[in-house]
This record gives sequence, C-alpha cells and structure tokens, in this order.
Amino acid sequence: MEKLQYQGHLHTLQKELMGDYYAELTASANGSGLPAAYLLIGGNPVEILRAFDILPVFPEVNALQLAVRKQSLPFIQAAEFMGYSSDNCAYVKADIGMYFGGRTTPFATIPEPSLLLCNYVGCNVYLDWFEHLADYSRRPIFQLDIPFIRTASGKPSKDDIAYVTTQLHRLIEQCEEITGRKLDQDRLREAVRLSSETGALWSKIKHLTKAHPAPYDAYFDSVTMMAPLYCLRGTQAGLDFFETAYAELQEKANAGIGALSEERFRYVIEGPPPWPHLRTFRDMFSRWSAIAVASTYSTVGGLWEFGFTHDPDSPIESIARHLLEWNLTNRNFLQRYDQIGRYIEEWDAHALVIHSVKSCRLFSAGQGDMREYFTKRGIPTLLVESDLEDPRYFSEAQMRNRIDAFFESLEHRSTQGQSVTV
Amino acid sequence: MKYAAGVDVGSTQTKCVLIDENGKIVARALRETGANITRAGERGFEAVLQAGNISRDDVLCVTGTGYGRFKVEFGDLQITEITCHAKGASVLFPGTSTVIDMGGQDAKGISIANGEVTDFVMNDKCAAGTGRFLSTAADTLGLRLDEIGALSLQARNPVRLSTVCTVFVESDIMSYVAQGKQIEDILGGIHSAIAARTIALVRRVGLKPEYTFTGGVSLNVGMVKMLEEKLGAKLNVCEDSHYMGAIGAAMFALEHALAASGS
Repeated sequence: MEKLQYQGHLHTLQKELMGDYYAELTASANGSGLPAAYLLIGGNPVEILRAFDILPVFPEVNALQLAVRKQSLPFIQAAEFMGYSSDNCAYVKADIGMYFGGRTTPFATIPEPSLLLCNYVGCNVYLDWFEHLADYSRRPIFQLDIPFIRTASGKPSKDDIAYVTTQLHRLIEQCEEITGRKLDQDRLREAVRLSSETGALWSKIKHLTKAHPAPYDAYFDSVTMMAPLYCLRGTQAGLDFFETAYAELQEKANAGIGALSEERFRYVIEGPPPWPHLRTFRDMFSRWSAIAVASTYSTVGGLWEFGFTHDPDSPIESIARHLLEWNLTNRNFLQRYDQIGRYIEEWDAHALVIHSVKSCRLFSAGQGDMREYFTKRGIPTLLVESDLEDPRYFSEAQMRNRIDAFFESLEHRSTQGQSVTV
Repeated sequence: MKYAAGVDVGSTQTKCVLIDENGKIVARALRETGANITRAGERGFEAVLQAGNISRDDVLCVTGTGYGRFKVEFGDLQITEITCHAKGASVLFPGTSTVIDMGGQDAKGISIANGEVTDFVMNDKCAAGTGRFLSTAADTLGLRLDEIGALSLQARNPVRLSTVCTVFVESDIMSYVAQGKQIEDILGGIHSAIAARTIALVRRVGLKPEYTFTGGVSLNVGMVKMLEEKLGAKLNVCEDSHYMGAIGAAMFALEHALAASGS
C-alpha cells in the first residue's frame, strides 16, 4: 500500500517551535532557565504562570511524546515495578517511570518542578499523581478545586466563579512566593490578551473543517496544533504559530484542497488517540478516504469554537470561566452529547467514532451509553478500544477489522436511517 | 464454466470455497493457517482448485477475507470476515437476521437487514469465550476438540465455572477433576459458560431470529444445543457453516466479476 504523506509546513513549524520549548525545559532542568510548574491540560491556566515567567510543564504532553516515539513502555514497566497497578492510568506510570529514570527523554530533560499545580480535580488518579510528584520532588503542591458542571445548561453559578477566582488569587500569592516578586498586572493582561487572540484563531481553524473537502484532519492534524496551544499559549510565539496555521489552512480551504486526495467519509471522533500507534491508526481511516471533521479530544484543553475568549479586561474571571465552563473534562455527559451532536450537524459528518481508553475509566465510562444515544438518533457509531499510552493494549488486526467492517457497512448502507454500531 | 473464489485466512484455519457462475458451491478446502499467513492462503487456494479440478485461469475473481486478508496477495478484493459472514449467511439462509460467529480467537454477533450488515459486535483482544477456550479445555482434559461437544451433551449436573478466561480455565478444570467431577459435567459447564457469554455479547446488537451460527465452533454439536437452549430458538447450521466467511467472500468475488464483465 502506498504510504500517505501527512506532514506539511504546519507540522515543520510546530516541530521547530516545540523544539524551542523543549530546549527551554532542558535549560530549566540544567538550572540556567526559568522555574517550572507542572500542570494538567484540562482547562490549563497557563496565563498566570506566563505572567510570572514560570515555565508551564505538562506531564501529560511529556508522556504522550514518549508514547509517540515508542519509548513509553520501559517507563510504564518501571512504574509497575515500583508497585503502580497495571490498571493504573498509563500517562501516570510513564511519567513516574520517567521521573525516576532521571527525567531524560529523547526530546528534553524535564526540569524538577518549583510548583505542582493540580488544576484538574475531576480525576482522583490525577490528584494522586500530583501528590506523588509533590512527595517525590518535595516541592509545594497547589490544588485548584474546580467544581464540576452540575447543570444541563452547562453554566457555572456565580458562587462557582467566585470560589475559583478566590483560589486563583491564592495561586498568584504562591507564585509570588516562588518567584520572589509581586504580580505585574500588565504582564497578566498581556498574557491573557495573547491567549484571547490565540483562542480566536484556533476557533476559526476549527470552523475551517466545515469545508468540503476538509483542509486538515480535525483529529490527527489537530493534535499537532494542540501542543503549541497549551505549551505556548499566552506568548507571542504561540500567537504567531496560530496566525501562520490559520493562514495556511484557510488558503487550502479556499482553494478546495483537502487533507486527503479523496474525501468519502466525514466523521466525528471522541476520545484521545492511541499515541503509541498513531500513524497506524491514522492509516486505518485514510485508506477509506475517511476524515475527522471534528474531535472532542482537541477540546480537552479548552473549548474555543463555541464562543469562549479570554478577556484581558477581566483576566482572573475569564481564566476561572475557562477552567469551569469551557473545559471538556469538567463538563457533564449531556454537554458532551450536545457538543458531538453539534459537530455532526454543523460540520456535516456521516458517522461517530469513539476511541475508548482502557486505562482511563473516568473519561471512557459512559461511552457505551454514548454509542447508544447516537445510534438511536440514526448516527452510525463505531466504538473501538485500546489505550492512549500503553502499547500493549493495541491489537492491530482487531482494530483494523472493526474499522474496515464499519466503513464496509457505511459503504453498503442502502437505506437511509439505518444505523451501524459497534 | 468460470468460477469465483473466497479465501478466508482465519487465525486458526484457512477456509477456501469455489463457486460457479450460478453461485453454486463446487469445491471446498480447509488448511491449518500456521505461522506463514501468505503461504496459508496460497496452499488453501491450491487445494480448493485441486478439489474442484479447476484451472486457475478459470477463476475470474478471488476475495481474501479473515485476519490474513491482506496477505492473500493473489486476491482481487479484500473484505472483512464480518461482511463476508453476513453475506454467506444471508445467501444460504435468506431469513437470517442475526449471525453468531465463533472462530478460533473471535466471537462475533452480526445483525443483518436486507442481506447487509447493520450492526456488529466482537469480543475484545481477549480470547475468552472463543474456540481457543474450547481447545484449551479439551487439551487440559486430554480430549480431542471434535469430541468434546458430543460429550458435553451427556452432562447430568453441569459444573459452574468461575471464569471464562482462557488462561485461568485450566486451573478451574483441574480443580473439578481433582474433586472427582464427571468429565461430561465439566464439559457441560464449559459449554454453558461460553454460550452465556456469547449471548451476552450478541445481545448488544439485538437478539432477533432467525439466527445463523457460523465459524469453526458451529461444528460443535454441544455448543449448538447450548446456544439453542439459552436463546429459546433454533439455529441455522449446515455442514458449510464453517465455510460461511469464504462462501460470502466468493459471492462478493462473483458479483465483482459479473459487474466487471457487464453481465
């Protein structure tokens, strides 16, 4: 089979910028760079860290980078040897294994944290992860307690916003202690302004896949843009990247150039990718000329395409809103259904694919119901399962079988409204 | 006369079928897949040509199916066994609404409407409740795979298995043997456990008669009876049920050849 070439200018630029970012991590690890704070992707409040010149470090990003490079398994096994269960989140195990393996990776030396900012409390395992890291590194931990969205409307209450805002002010005090200087309000406003403009461009990019054909894959190419969205948001370099990305992708959309030479199926995808087998997984869809026009995973760090922007005139409150309201992992299932439903309708998709993660029951629980919910609404739905980090859970032949059979079914569907679920 | 072929390279066995221009089955061949998948497909195809005394040049089109479908390098089409089992079942038993396929490593439920797949479900990476489970059980008891089905029908007080894990079942069986349980009762328990698990799997696509039972395990009379008891319905099974994927594949090959020739 002919190997498809997916890499474009955007990917090259991303590699360069992320290379610079990783060089900053290495410099920090060597004592010649900025202090580092570890934080989590879900609703990441990087703007506060950027205002203090604290380097944001995402253990999740480091873990997935190891997996993409097929380096995660020895670290996972090292953590299992320490006593972490085989059922435990493989991100956690890869990161802990790497931490005790000298924090050296093929892309950077990961610095010791000056602060552990646990900004996502919806996952107990993540809480423990950061507590363990605090224990191992003997550095301070700050737990941001973000109330889960409890209403169908998806709106946080005023009290919720005040509760989070108060905590963000305490976080600022903690950053002042670490850096030994007071918050510069102008620096914070500037970081929030850069984030606001970055988010607006990211939102525009998201809407470009409404075009037929879609100019990029909203799953496999979105992940390329997600790293700068978290690691570089709130910086000029981050904004520049998204300006370039938008210009390039808009040009493709205007010229009617698709990401694939032919676009036969448009699907929406839920769940993180199987990082250790990313290329193989992508090929399984491409060979059917199937393209993801929207993905929920690309909103795991924030939902910009439905109207959210950071507000430089109200920086702390807008960061609180990001954490509470515009954060996929903080949302309830009705909102997740609504988000997918909008993608299917507004992005004109034919089908839904759910990639369930064995070592993440938190995000995967309920996906069987999700499949039923969309099947009942006549949306062909495929549910496949492997893992986001642990290569051992991926069975290529079985995965290919399910995906091939699903697209064979879509191809052969003769009656409208007939559903296909797996 | 011209022909079309289906080559189903399964995890355990390779099944090949030749059909004539009218869709009539003219030859079948079965070979162990072994470690060399490419060779398994070739050997199976050579065997079916020989069985039918048919020249390679008279075969218009070949469809590869099963796990090894991409290794059927001489094939013209590659289609998953899910679609092929549905096709074969709906041709041999036109009233089929649900296919239950139990192979060496897989158990599947496929729902069909108008001869096409509308829904399917498979076991995950684990081989619990598949043919492999039965062969492990047979090995543990020192029996042949083809005799355990009939023996299971003689169970009077089937044991209850605490697992359907292919790895752990061995120790479960050994403990029943140690307790002095009858072999037939142990086999009855094994068949009952697998049937229950399979029905729970197939339930996800909806249990709608008629049921057609396909795959290697459909040769096991004990499993047929156990599934029928639990479903409260008859299963469509015939001597070709084992070849259902290859039959469906051959049908697709024939359709393709006819479409290409414009007839």
